[in-house]
Amino acid sequence: MSFRAAVVTFPGSNCDRDMAVAVESISGQQPIRVWHGDSALPDRLDFIALPGGFSYGDYLRSGAMAANSPIMREVAAAAGRGVPVLGVCNGFQVLTEAGLLPGALMRNASQHFICRTVDLTVANTDSLFTRGFEAGQRLRIPVAHHDGNYFADEATLDRLEGDGRVALRYVENCNGSRRDIAGVLNASGNVLGMMPHPERAVDAAHGGTDGRALFENVLKALAHA
Amino acid sequence: MNIRIHVSLKPGVLDPQGRAVHHALDGLGFAGVEDVRIGRLIELTVADATSDADLEAMCEKLLANTVIENYRIEKVGQ
Repeated sequence: MSFRAAVVTFPGSNCDRDMAVAVESISGQQPIRVWHGDSALPDRLDFIALPGGFSYGDYLRSGAMAANSPIMREVAAAAGRGVPVLGVCNGFQVLTEAGLLPGALMRNASQHFICRTVDLTVANTDSLFTRGFEAGQRLRIPVAHHDGNYFADEATLDRLEGDGRVALRYVENCNGSRRDIAGVLNASGNVLGMMPHPERAVDAAHGGTDGRALFENVLKALAHA
Repeated sequence: MNIRIHVSLKPGVLDPQGRAVHHALDGLGFAGVEDVRIGRLIELTVADATSDADLEAMCEKLLANTVIENYRIEKVGQ
């Protein structure tokens, strides 16, 4: 099966290679690497990943500068056409700053950078990213962030929960996120932002492979489309 | 024209940085500090013809994240 994926690199991204390796290990096909200044994405994409890192040195706010880079106009257009978009860590921050996902990622409540493997529960089993999971299923996936404290106003949080758009929650809230939210979906369910790094849990050598399923779910969804 | 954009966290949004600074002020022995909130000051030099609408748009689109922040536009010396 053909799987045309793109991994976007911003100045300061540092998980772009890990993301590309993870996608390739699962799909068997090398993703196309895209640069932030590119004004076009490759055509007929099946998947776009925005990786973790510190795009533009986190100037102004995490993800704020990247959200306004030329390639993000194209990512927004592709997301609007239904192309699956996954933003991990800084990629999640970029998606919220770009307005593709609601809310904002603030400084961790503890003020500390957190780098460890955390337990998550799957809260949504009805998106192309999560359809292979069982409700409440536990995943162990690493986090590594300073600004992962998910914030949205109460009305937005109620709406997200009511619409089943909370994809993942922390079992133990590590960063102060409202309602333990670790990952959220857009209204159409084809854009997922999450602070934990599934690409760091795809090989036994990583210490766990719970991240694989997330990518496999996307592949399966495309196979059935 | 010189512009100052004052960006501050909305009321009710947790400010862990402010809390840590508050704690540090307590540690220095400054009694009576009731709250500390940390914001950002952005100084712009713009053409005199720059419209208020453009300044607002700059804040809305980039300088502030209105999910969590308020902003105030100050025209310096006016």
